[in-house]
Amino acid sequence: MLFGTRDRRSALARDALVNGGRARASRASALLRLLLVAMVVFAGVAHSQAIQPLPFKNRAEKVRFQHLTSQLRCLVCQNETIADSNAELARDLRLDVFQQMQQGRSDKQIKQYLVARYSDFVLYDPPLQADTLLLWFGPLLILLAGAAVVVIAIRRRSRDAGTTAQVPAGQAPTDNEDDW
Amino acid sequence: MSRLLPLFGFLLLVGLFGFGIWWNTQHDQNEVPSPLINKPAPAFVLPLLDDPTRTVSKASLLGKPYLLNVFASWCFACGEEHPTLMAEGSQLGVMLLGYDYKDAPDDAKNWLREHGNPYRMVVADRPGRTAIDFGVYGAPESFLIDAKGVIRYKHIGPITPEVITKELKPAIAALQKESP
Repeated sequence: MLFGTRDRRSALARDALVNGGRARASRASALLRLLLVAMVVFAGVAHSQAIQPLPFKNRAEKVRFQHLTSQLRCLVCQNETIADSNAELARDLRLDVFQQMQQGRSDKQIKQYLVARYSDFVLYDPPLQADTLLLWFGPLLILLAGAAVVVIAIRRRSRDAGTTAQVPAGQAPTDNEDDW
Repeated sequence: MSRLLPLFGFLLLVGLFGFGIWWNTQHDQNEVPSPLINKPAPAFVLPLLDDPTRTVSKASLLGKPYLLNVFASWCFACGEEHPTLMAEGSQLGVMLLGYDYKDAPDDAKNWLREHGNPYRMVVADRPGRTAIDFGVYGAPESFLIDAKGVIRYKHIGPITPEVITKELKPAIAALQKESP
């Protein structure tokens, strides 16, 4: 898109030169058009540099880059991804990821490269391995424990209800303590 | 007994939260433990700060242990650490190698002139590429590298007299025991 606009500008400049001898008015308007186009072009350049100066080959590559960097943690701010962070290190790591992509390395290889240097902490998604089992399945364990407590309480209560029904009239049930 | 169960549950939670608070006062939560401990230091070739035409490499430093201290003139905590290095750096028993991280050479030179230079040599990593290989994510950081070029210990944050007596000196003593 940028190159397209640049070509248009040079075409206009040529246009202005060819027609230059004809009339001052048309030259002035050509200059004005040139100026306008230049403004648009340079505004575009400044804008793209402020946000993302990396020269992507195509949209797919850009999407892949954004997807990958948004899964990686900035070590300086720690609650930001390297895609979001403004820290110098995040900028360096973005460039690093980009260059590795240019070298044809896979997402997995790039992640391994960073994990080797900055540990699993650099990954937003903790990998499933021996020392993260509790992290992954701890909530499930707590859920199961809660379910067990509920099941036991219900069973005991229905059993108590059953025995109470069988107790001959006049005898009050003695096991009141479970009634919490 | 079972009437007291909720109380026990509550006390268990209080204990858990109390432990969490205590635990977080015992260590820096932002510290990312390096996966490079007891692994070979990354190969590097870096120019000297004072003479960029000369370089220092990992290979050229093999044979003697050294403490690689990452610092920068822009780094506030390095100023806190500096007096300790000035006072005790020469008595550590290992060479102190300065690693000027993402710094303008003139700023670094002025900084060392102003605060004193505790380093045997200072290498400069202005782009910060080698620092990524070392897993550096800020300054100051210090790496103890043994005669075979293996990273034996890393300290994140300023070196204090306490860190020297409690961690650094024992780590250096362990190195000297195995290769006198």
